[in-house]
Amino acid sequence: MQTLTINGKDVQVDVPDEMPLLWVIRDFVGLTGTKFGCGVAQCGACSIMIDGVVVRSCSTPISLAKGKQITTVESESEKNLVFLRQAWRLNNVPQCGYCQSGQLISAAALLAEKETPTDEDIDNAMSGNICRCGTYVRIKQAIKDAAELKKQQ
Amino acid sequence: MMREFTVKRREFVKLFGLTSTGLLLGCNFSKDKVVMNELEDGISFVPNLFIQLQKDGKVTIVVTRSEMGQGIRTSMALAIADEMEADWSFVSVRQATGDAKFGNQNTDGSRSIRTLLNPMRKMGAMARLILEKAAAKKWNVDYAECKAENHFVTHASGKKIAFGDLVDTAREIQVPSDDEVILKDKSLFKYIGKNHGKRGVDMDNILSGKATFGLDARLPNMKYAAIARCPATFGTVKSYDDSDAKDVFGVEKVIQLDGLKPAPGAQFYGMLGGVAVIANNTWSAFQGKNNLNVEWDMGPNGSYNSEEYNAKIVERVQKQAKVAPPLKGNVNSAFKKAEKIVEATYSMPHLVHAPMEVPNALAWVHDGKCEVWAPIQAPQSARAELANFFGFKLEDITINITLLGGGFGRKSKSDFVVEAVALSQKLNAPVQVVWSREDDIQHSYYHAQSAQYLKGSLDEKGNVTGWLHRTAFPSILSTFKPMSDYAAGFELGQGFTNIPYDIPNFQLENAKAEAHVRIGWLRSVYNIISGFGVNSFVDELSVASGKDPIQFRLDLIGKDRVAKNTSPHPYDSSRMKNVLREVQKLSNYGKELSEGHGIGVAIHYSFYSYVATAVEVSVKNNKVKVENVYTVLDCGLYVNKDAVVNQLEGSAIFGMSIALFGKVSTKDGAIEQSNFHDYQMTRMKHAPNIHVKLIDNDHEPTGVGEPGVPPVAAAICNAIFNATGKRIRKLPLSEHGMV
Repeated sequence: MQTLTINGKDVQVDVPDEMPLLWVIRDFVGLTGTKFGCGVAQCGACSIMIDGVVVRSCSTPISLAKGKQITTVESESEKNLVFLRQAWRLNNVPQCGYCQSGQLISAAALLAEKETPTDEDIDNAMSGNICRCGTYVRIKQAIKDAAELKKQQ
Repeated sequence: MMREFTVKRREFVKLFGLTSTGLLLGCNFSKDKVVMNELEDGISFVPNLFIQLQKDGKVTIVVTRSEMGQGIRTSMALAIADEMEADWSFVSVRQATGDAKFGNQNTDGSRSIRTLLNPMRKMGAMARLILEKAAAKKWNVDYAECKAENHFVTHASGKKIAFGDLVDTAREIQVPSDDEVILKDKSLFKYIGKNHGKRGVDMDNILSGKATFGLDARLPNMKYAAIARCPATFGTVKSYDDSDAKDVFGVEKVIQLDGLKPAPGAQFYGMLGGVAVIANNTWSAFQGKNNLNVEWDMGPNGSYNSEEYNAKIVERVQKQAKVAPPLKGNVNSAFKKAEKIVEATYSMPHLVHAPMEVPNALAWVHDGKCEVWAPIQAPQSARAELANFFGFKLEDITINITLLGGGFGRKSKSDFVVEAVALSQKLNAPVQVVWSREDDIQHSYYHAQSAQYLKGSLDEKGNVTGWLHRTAFPSILSTFKPMSDYAAGFELGQGFTNIPYDIPNFQLENAKAEAHVRIGWLRSVYNIISGFGVNSFVDELSVASGKDPIQFRLDLIGKDRVAKNTSPHPYDSSRMKNVLREVQKLSNYGKELSEGHGIGVAIHYSFYSYVATAVEVSVKNNKVKVENVYTVLDCGLYVNKDAVVNQLEGSAIFGMSIALFGKVSTKDGAIEQSNFHDYQMTRMKHAPNIHVKLIDNDHEPTGVGEPGVPPVAAAICNAIFNATGKRIRKLPLSEHGMV
């Protein structure tokens, strides 16, 4: 049995050390907001945060998360996600919505780091997240809007 | 579950639905067996198959098309709510199962709003009228004095009653006749065509990770399956060793799965077959699959090398091929009299959809029944297919449609559903089949690779006098019928026979092109090919003519005319010219550009919509960057304005992926690409500024999801020519070292 802390809650799972967090979270813990896209850290759909650092959970074994805080898109307390969700609504960002969990997590990590992200910051932080529907211009605007909302708080 | 009711005539008139030909208005009295809205609970007001109004005012709208990002669940509900005068805050949506009673549910061909807007508005208007009549009955007044507005009915005297309080009376009102149901005047729309500022019905669930896509479907004690399939299409298993696979944690079983091939001509997909690894979680199934040792018989397509094939079809279009109608004038005499002749050959590789959510399906076969949860674009064809292959009665098959994490045509093909049902039947348990990304890229229904030869003549004034277009690409029909080696009429109708131009001498020819992989449709289908070939060639003619690029195209579109044919939306050249003039303004075409920048334009008519796209690129050290995309769309009446703009932005990105990176190639029958590192697509760092304008007019609604894609690749390449003088005739640009 191993203990994981996901969105502030402890959960027990019995899986091998090398199992990627993506599948532990989806198939054993039952949180399905974190998505499978490629399995090789190329698309960002599976992005989560471990102690505030964004990682691709499809390629991160569970052993690396022991004793650490995991944040997924389901988090209700991650404050950057709160501003980002608001900005995502304002900009009607999603089309199919499948990649947006990963986009939100990558954006949350960016906002935690940069108070006013520039276009270049956004390109650097977000180019690991593919959106096949092509909502990039809205994501970019929404990140800027979220940064503003955060400052106003 | 679908329920069938035998009802008395009095009750029968309450039950409305759609047939494949249109509205089922309950007037066919020869039948006494009809279908019913599952939301009929004996308490609520359920005027037809699509609406339920509860006593607390809640309105549930049944949406029959699949949601894959185009926003149909929101726009369909907006259209019904607008006509019904329902307050949007009371509205929620329920996804219909796959069932013929809902009429055509195929979510493809950019057709949902195009074909369903008016029928759905009628459903809403019917509900509104019955509620007005119910209020009139309650108040004992003439219903003409009653008016429904924003979830209330008001009488001329000023008294007012909430929709919810009318439920009991409304249940007693005779359903009105077709003539009695009057649609709103467009000036009274509250939601249709507006930026209504009300979020999409799935927005909150998407942003909190609670939206249910196919891969998120869960059942108690379900199994997860990954399938190893032959690298070459239609190859088979010779032998396999599963000892390493069985050692993997969580793997429970390994089963050989024989392929299922539909009878020739049947509109079914079957499945490829292979070796299935069953596990108690997805990762173990994938690991088990990777640990299989399978010896394959590579089958009939084991020698398919797509580069050699490309050379072959390029060769074929250099020579006279099969002439396809319509033939106009005489191209050869036009060419003889020409001042200038221009010739060019273009080619494009296979493409694959690669939606972010891979193909997957959860199936549970038990007690003679079959239930499926899957992200599918064509639920009725999946249902028919399961009946065909497994012998279930249609009514014993339930197709639950989840949200689709992108579709783009891939999820119209239900092979992954067939796999899940076959495994569930064998294992006597719920089974979710999950394709890896490698499976998705290597075993798809591919967009056809293509070759095009074009020859055109100009007179001394720079007018185009002759147009010869030879095409070669494998046909989608080959997927259903072997030996379909030439393009079908409906394929040539996608931007080849119906070019938007008026040219006196016109000849289209089609060369043989055999299929060696499964060929399918991908967002805008053969318009991708025609959009690139025709718009690139028009640009070459334009340059040769020496005319202004916009004026050259306006002249080529020719005089105002509306096509005389039986189409519900005949081609109107004035609308084509209008979007071109509008994109000229939007992009400030002809303005001074920075050093190394260029601008290109392309127009396309598809799915009855008119699109003009201008692209500004910069080229530095032979690397291209798309700086700005300007798109103007005339799709007639639209419902959800911001969702339409979002579709056009997405089309620009999708078209860029095709131009910059799109290539699937084969060696010895096997697809060479495997994941997003070698099948690349547009990312944030490539994304340009995108400017979209929608034309407002009173025309009937036409396509939105696809028409934005076809012009993009050509506009990019025309801009590259404008910037550098280098003409790209073979895509993608990455093969030219330009990305």
